[in-house]
Amino acid sequence: MSKIKPRAKIPKEAELDEVIEIKTLIRHPMHSGRVKDVDGKTIPRLIINKFNAMFNGKVVFTVNLEPSISSNPYISFPFKVKEEGTFELSWEEDGGNQYKLTKSLKVI
Amino acid sequence: MNISRRKAVKMIAVSSALFCSGVGDVLAGKPEVSDQINNIISGSQAREVDVFLDVPEIAENGNQVKVAFEIESPMSESDFVQEVYIMADGNPAPNVAKFNFTPYSGECFASTRMRLSKTQDVYLVAKFNDGTHSITQSTIKVTIGGCGG
Repeated sequence: MSKIKPRAKIPKEAELDEVIEIKTLIRHPMHSGRVKDVDGKTIPRLIINKFNAMFNGKVVFTVNLEPSISSNPYISFPFKVKEEGTFELSWEEDGGNQYKLTKSLKVI
Repeated sequence: MNISRRKAVKMIAVSSALFCSGVGDVLAGKPEVSDQINNIISGSQAREVDVFLDVPEIAENGNQVKVAFEIESPMSESDFVQEVYIMADGNPAPNVAKFNFTPYSGECFASTRMRLSKTQDVYLVAKFNDGTHSITQSTIKVTIGGCGG
């Protein structure tokens, strides 16, 4: 599997009070701990277990992910635009690794 | 036309009996999921609200099954959807995901993709900030399971 890389699709600008949809994807194998490799050994569990979306320092949306989520987890969620600011998206892996992404949003 | 009517009737009877016992097993073997749902909703009232669980009827590949939902709610400070649980009762671990919404969401919808090991029921349990809940369910036919092993 190639490098773990988060991506997000957020409109660059939006109108006030508009509800936008944010689409995120992170390239991650999401080893459920049930799959065996070619030698018959079980691949240990390694998944993204938490997704956090913050806007200007406030938590706006989170997801707790379980092994039943597909590899390369895709998550889309709504957000109501009230002010300009920055999104901070973070993905937490088993073992404490974090992957982060920031994107800014303009109000027109 | 020597296949007798009697034989045909017998075959139908046997196959339908098999089918029925199969269905019974599916319903009976899920105490884990119903326990979890009871845990989540314990002590809360059901609320009549529009919940739309968007899953395919037939999933050809159990590795990537789209699951999306939409719940009718004003998503204001005083009345919003707090938590949405997705559960799949035929998976080795029935929990799929828990979505935590806030009033900043504006509307209540989300989507993701999940793994399904076999044909099974998928449940959505929504919890509102006032303690009420709403449950919906959908059956997905899975052609190729997606849990490996």
